[in-house]
Amino acid sequence: MRLEKRAERSSTMALASPFIAIALTIVTAGLIFALRGNSPLQALYVYFIEPLTAIWSVEQLLVKASPLILIGAGLAVAYRANVWNIGAEGQLTAGAILAGAVPVFLPQWQSPLTLAAMMVLGIAGGMAWAAIPAFLRNRFSANEILTSLMLVYVSQLLLDYLVRGPWRDPQGFNFPKSVTFAEGQLLPYVTSGIHAGVLVTFVVALVLGYIVSRTVKGYEITVTGLSPRAARFSGFSQSRTILFCMMLSGGLAGLAGAFEISSVVGQLQPQVSPGYGFAAIIVAFLGRLNPVGAIIAGLLLALSYIGGEAVQTALQIPDKITRVIQGILLFYILACDTLINYRIVFSVPALARA
Amino acid sequence: MKKLLMAAAAAALMLGAASASASAEALKACWVYVGPIGDFGYSFQHHQGLLAVQKEFGDKVETAYAENVSEADSEKTFERFAREGCKIIFGTSFGFMEPMLKVAKKFPDVKFEHATGYKTADNMGTYNAKFHEGRYVIGQIAAKMSKTGTAGYIVSFPIPEVVSGINAFMLGAQSVNPNFKVKIVWANTWFDPAKEADAAKVLLSQGADITVQHTDSAAPLQVAQEQGKFGFGQASDQYQFAPKAQLTAIVDNWAPHYINSVKAVMDGTWKPQQTWEGMENGTVSMAPYTNMPDDVAKMATETAAAIASGKLNPFTGPITKQDGTVVGEAGKPLPDGDILGMNWYVKGIDDQLPQ
Repeated sequence: MRLEKRAERSSTMALASPFIAIALTIVTAGLIFALRGNSPLQALYVYFIEPLTAIWSVEQLLVKASPLILIGAGLAVAYRANVWNIGAEGQLTAGAILAGAVPVFLPQWQSPLTLAAMMVLGIAGGMAWAAIPAFLRNRFSANEILTSLMLVYVSQLLLDYLVRGPWRDPQGFNFPKSVTFAEGQLLPYVTSGIHAGVLVTFVVALVLGYIVSRTVKGYEITVTGLSPRAARFSGFSQSRTILFCMMLSGGLAGLAGAFEISSVVGQLQPQVSPGYGFAAIIVAFLGRLNPVGAIIAGLLLALSYIGGEAVQTALQIPDKITRVIQGILLFYILACDTLINYRIVFSVPALARA
Repeated sequence: MKKLLMAAAAAALMLGAASASASAEALKACWVYVGPIGDFGYSFQHHQGLLAVQKEFGDKVETAYAENVSEADSEKTFERFAREGCKIIFGTSFGFMEPMLKVAKKFPDVKFEHATGYKTADNMGTYNAKFHEGRYVIGQIAAKMSKTGTAGYIVSFPIPEVVSGINAFMLGAQSVNPNFKVKIVWANTWFDPAKEADAAKVLLSQGADITVQHTDSAAPLQVAQEQGKFGFGQASDQYQFAPKAQLTAIVDNWAPHYINSVKAVMDGTWKPQQTWEGMENGTVSMAPYTNMPDDVAKMATETAAAIASGKLNPFTGPITKQDGTVVGEAGKPLPDGDILGMNWYVKGIDDQLPQ
C-alpha cells in the first residue's frame, strides 16, 4: 500500500474528506469509550445524539457555536489569502475590553444606542488589535503568525490588569470583576435561550460566503492566496489584501467578544472566553476555508463541547475527553486531506521488491 | 448499519428508562468544580464531600459532577444540571457567582449553594470556610521552623479570602517572631503546577526557607522537598507528595456542610443561608504535624485547640495595618464583614495590594 500523487486535485475528496474524518473520529471515540469500560453505543449516543434531542440543549449548542462560527468565518477568509491570523483570541479580548468600557464608565446609560455603541466598539477593538500584525507584516515583513499570537497574551493581561485595578467593581469586595451590566446593556433574547448575537452570526457567515464566491473582492483574496505573483500582475495589492483580511477577521473576533460579554458573561472578568479564538482555527479548516462551511464546522465543534459535558455528567467520563475528541478530529481531517492530492494504491510496485 | 441504528435506539431507550426510574426516588445532588478532582487539593476535597454524601444517604441520593468548568462558560453547566433533575447544585468557585445567580432565577424550584461568594437569592445560599484560622496556626509553625525568618507565599488572586489568609499567617508568625518576613508571588491561577513550582523556586532563591501556597496543587511543596526546605499542604493532606517537607496542611472538610444541606433539601427545610464555619466543627482542620520538634507540634496543637474552642481569634484587635493605621478594639475580634471584605495587609508584609 502506498500513496500516489493524483494528476489533478480531486474535488470529490475535498468535499468527502471532512465526512470521512468525522466518521473515523466517531469510531475512534467509540473505541476509547469501550476501553474505558463504558458501553460505546450508549456513550456515543449521549455524546453526539442526545444533545440534539432537547430544545434547551440545541439552544445551548447554537449559543456555544455562535462565537466559533463568527470567528471561524473571518479566519476562513483570511487563511484563503495566506494571511495566518492566529491571534483571534486576543482580538476577541480587545473587542470585549472596548465594548465593556461602555457599561464600566456609563453604568446608567441604557438607551437603544447603548448596545449599538458596544458592538461598534467591539468591532473597532478587534480591528485595532489585528491592525498591529497587519502593519508589521506590510511594513517590516514580520511573520503575522508570531505577532498575532503574542498579542493574545498582551490583551489578556491588559484585561486582567483592568478588572483587578481601575475597572474593578467598587462594590465587589476586591474580587476581579467589573460591575455587572444593566438590563439595557445586555443583548435581547429571541427565545429563552438564544440571544440576538446568534442570528447576526449566521447572517454574517452567509454574507461572507457570498463575498468569497461571487464578488471581485473574494476573487482577489483567493488569487492572492493561491499565487501572489499572479495577483500582482492582475493589479491586486498584496498589502491591501493583508490589511483587509486582518481587519475583517479581527473585527469579527472583536464582535464575538462584545457578544460574549453582553450575553453569556454579563460583565468583564479576567477570562471572557474559554478559548474560542483558538478553537475557531479548527472551525476554519474543518469548514474548508469557506465561511458557509464554518457554520457546519462551528456547530460540530460546539457539539463536541456540549457532548463532552454530557458524557461527563451522565457517565463520569473525564472532561479531558472533549480535547481528545477535538484533537482526533483535527488529526483525521489533516490526514484525510492528503487524499485530495494523493490516492492510495494497493499494488506493490515492481521496483520496491529489489 | 440498520442493526447498529436499532441497537443505538435500544440503548437510548434503556438509558432513558434507567435515569427516569432513578430520579423518581433518589434526590439528585450535583457539583460543579473549577479544577480537576485530581488536583489533590481544593477540588479534590469538595469531591470528598460528594463521596461522603453518597455514603451517608446511599440509595436515597444520586450524585453528579462536572470538573474543570471554565469560569467564563459555567452558565450552561449549571443550566444542564438544573435541566437534568438536580434538586440542589453546588458551585465551588467564586467566579461561578453571576452565572449561578442567573440560572437560579430561571429555575426557582432548584436549590443553589455557592462557595466563597457573597450574592444570594431565594433559592441560592453561600457557604465558606474560615481557612484563615488554619493560616494562623501554620504562621506560628513557620516562624518557629524558619532559620532565615522569611517565608515564601504563593497566592492566586487578591480576593478577600486570600488576603485574610496572608494576614492571618503573618499575625500567627509575628506572635512568635515579631520580625518575621513574608515574600509574596502572585501566580494568577488556582491550579497550574508548573507556574506554582516556578514561583516556589523564585521565593526559595530569594532567601525564604518555608513555602506556603494559596493555590491548589502540591507543586510548591514538592519543590521545597527537593531543596531540603519545608512547606505546607493546601486544602488537603499532601503528605504523600512530600513526606520530608510537609509540616502540616490546612484540610478543608466540606462533608458535614454538604450532608446537612442535602438533608435539608430532603426534609424540605432548606433555606438560603450564608454559612461560614471553621475549626469549631472540623470544617477546617490541621493534618498531622510532621517533620518538626515536639515543642513546635505542641504549640500548634494548643493554638488550634484554642481557635476551635473560641478562646483565640486570629483577628483580635488591635491590628496594625501596613500603612501604620490601627484597626480593631483591644481584645475584641474584628467583625466578620471586615474579614470577608478584607483588602489591606497587616504591617510587615513585603508586597502591595492592587488598589
